[in-house]
Amino acid sequence: MFHRESGVFKTTYAADMALYPLPIAKWTMIVLAVLFVLIIPLAVHEYYLSILNLIFIAIVGALGLNILVGYTGQISIGHGAFMSVGAYTAANLAVKLGLPFWITLPAGGLMAALIGVIVGMPSLRIKGLYLAIATLAGQLIIEWTINRVPAISGGAQASIEVDRPSLFGFSFSTQGHLYFFLLFFAALAIVATLNLVRSRIGRAFVAVRDQDIAAEIIGINIYRYKLLAFAVSSFYAGVCGVLYTYYFGIANYEQFQLVVSIDYLAMIIIGGLGSVLGSILGAIFVTLLPIAIRIFMEDVGALFFSQAEMANVISGLRLGVFGALIIFFLIVEPEGLNRLWRNVRSYFRVWPFSY
Amino acid sequence: MTRFVSSWLGVAATTATLAFGAGSASAQSKEVIFGLQCDRTGPTAPVGTVLCPGYQDYIALINSKGGVEGYKIKVLEIDNEYKVPPAMEAHERFKKDGALLEGLYGTPQTAALNKKLEEDKILGTSPGFGTAAAADGKRFPYTFPIAASYWSQAGAAVEFAKEKMGGLKGKKIAYLFYDNPAGKEPLVVLEDLAKAEGFELRTFAVPAPGLEMGAQILDITGRYKPDFVIAHLFGRAPSVSIKELKGKGFPLSKVVSLVWGSAEADIIAAGGMGLAEGYNTIQFAGVGKDFPVLKDIEAMYKAQGKPAPKEMDSTVYYNRGVFIAALHVEALRNAIKAKGGAMPTSEEVKKGMESIKGFTLGGFVPPMELSSTDHEGGGWVQIWTVKGGRLVKVKDWFQGYRPVIQKQLAADASKS
Repeated sequence: MFHRESGVFKTTYAADMALYPLPIAKWTMIVLAVLFVLIIPLAVHEYYLSILNLIFIAIVGALGLNILVGYTGQISIGHGAFMSVGAYTAANLAVKLGLPFWITLPAGGLMAALIGVIVGMPSLRIKGLYLAIATLAGQLIIEWTINRVPAISGGAQASIEVDRPSLFGFSFSTQGHLYFFLLFFAALAIVATLNLVRSRIGRAFVAVRDQDIAAEIIGINIYRYKLLAFAVSSFYAGVCGVLYTYYFGIANYEQFQLVVSIDYLAMIIIGGLGSVLGSILGAIFVTLLPIAIRIFMEDVGALFFSQAEMANVISGLRLGVFGALIIFFLIVEPEGLNRLWRNVRSYFRVWPFSY
Repeated sequence: MTRFVSSWLGVAATTATLAFGAGSASAQSKEVIFGLQCDRTGPTAPVGTVLCPGYQDYIALINSKGGVEGYKIKVLEIDNEYKVPPAMEAHERFKKDGALLEGLYGTPQTAALNKKLEEDKILGTSPGFGTAAAADGKRFPYTFPIAASYWSQAGAAVEFAKEKMGGLKGKKIAYLFYDNPAGKEPLVVLEDLAKAEGFELRTFAVPAPGLEMGAQILDITGRYKPDFVIAHLFGRAPSVSIKELKGKGFPLSKVVSLVWGSAEADIIAAGGMGLAEGYNTIQFAGVGKDFPVLKDIEAMYKAQGKPAPKEMDSTVYYNRGVFIAALHVEALRNAIKAKGGAMPTSEEVKKGMESIKGFTLGGFVPPMELSSTDHEGGGWVQIWTVKGGRLVKVKDWFQGYRPVIQKQLAADASKS
């Protein structure tokens, strides 16, 4: 992740596919693990943990969407709806049958994967903007169904309260507890995605994205892989929805409306399509930037404005600055933050002896 | 090289922002902090941009008069853009900075924070947001609707219709609603009342975003021909409904709107006050400028040499902001008094909120009585009607079908 040889020395496919390209990468991972598992939860105020928690959930969702949009090249604006499928599946199982999270969580993911395959079927015949509209229809149909079927939504309020997740009698109730809960699943999602994209399946996804006819000719069953991409992506979305449900203690379809799908698309486009690190950076960027801008302006703005005026200034400016920064970053590097990071690294690859 | 430098600058700027922000905000001794969530930029911005200044102005007024029992109030306002994750972040921020209470904003946001408020023991107010069941202080100990819920509003609407028509037996009432959880919530009360009072109820759902309701209005005016219409719409939808009903020749005096379709902006957007003559609105806070508290705010601005803010002209939402702030301040005042002037904890402010009684602010606030079991305060509303180009009060504070609402609350509590 951080380290590079000063050239390209790989001679085998195995070396090219390795999860840890250098021995030192393993050590980096260990340091990161210690940082996130031991140091941050002890050293950081609960408020910052709560922000990290939101980022962890967003990472899971963004990874899922990136598998579909970034790796397989199938546009989807129904990601929010798949989250709601996962959320309501888990909430219903948890409340009606009293099942623990380690059953409801995969169940929510699987149900979302199933619905995702159905919504993804048009992808076999159409692509691009047409597919975007088909998935938009999926989003609206799912929203409507949840709103209209009390058996799913649990009544007029369309919200189902769930208890905090618990394991062996230990309840994850504070932000600090939930931090470990969410960190685990975010880490799992990252590792799973890293492994997925370097496997045969991941390379088949990329082949479908780059040129589906060519992919078919070299023996990739594109129907199978397109649907598989929808299934995997929706599974992540479903899990992300379940995590939101446990995090907020409630499943509510108004949390998963169209604007959420757009937010997640923004994350992966800013972060970088077709990259795991890009999904992570995008999730961090979109979640953190509005907060960072606000905190910054609270401090600086207090010099110029009264308390009441500032509220208005911050809200307006924040939106403007947020938009401007997105444009700025995309102009600097259209391929997203991931590419930006790689540029930084390649600069240092032979530093200080660059020519 | 240049590309690298510019990208590096971007990274550095972000890091600096974070580092800079880490050391912000600290509470001083004679200062208390209120958290306020708002939406000034999201889908409900037309409400937020008027309501939140009302809140800020009332707090500024209290501070300019020396604060509450010597305590100045600092408002920490966070814009949640009507999104749920930022609402959670805002709550954690309020908690970190030691806010004694927080004003919630938005129905899904309230739903997502109910549990957290209870775990963190910080009271949150949700006037006009969230579920009607939150009126039950036993089930939702830290959530305070502090204003008539949709159930109470529906009860009031039916009572108003009854008065206007001189009885409900055999009458036809149309319920025109926004097809979302908040829109559907009053249905149980309306259905219950239809049975008890013997009127016919038919529902007409308007799908989001509610800008197109020609079919529903035609169905109402052309086919169903009701004796009365109860409308429960949000956003731009209320003004569309007024325009469409008027266009089809339906008398607006036979229409009553629940609280989110009742602002001047809705009526003006429909074609102006003159066009909407007779349109009835339900209100949970005073309307208009004829209140001492608003005169005080104007005087405060005058003393600072500034004109009164233009938000004050949109009295329905502005006054609701003032209303929320006034109840927050009153809860704090009760808590400080009960503690003999010492700094209260958020738990004590909750007790203070639960002991609000007989606080009317010159007719601005209903004669509500909050208690540990009733966080709605009785579900009081007023009816204001468009007459001669402005909103005029036609029915003073009343509670519509209170026993029916209480029955529903009890039924809902036993279900969970």
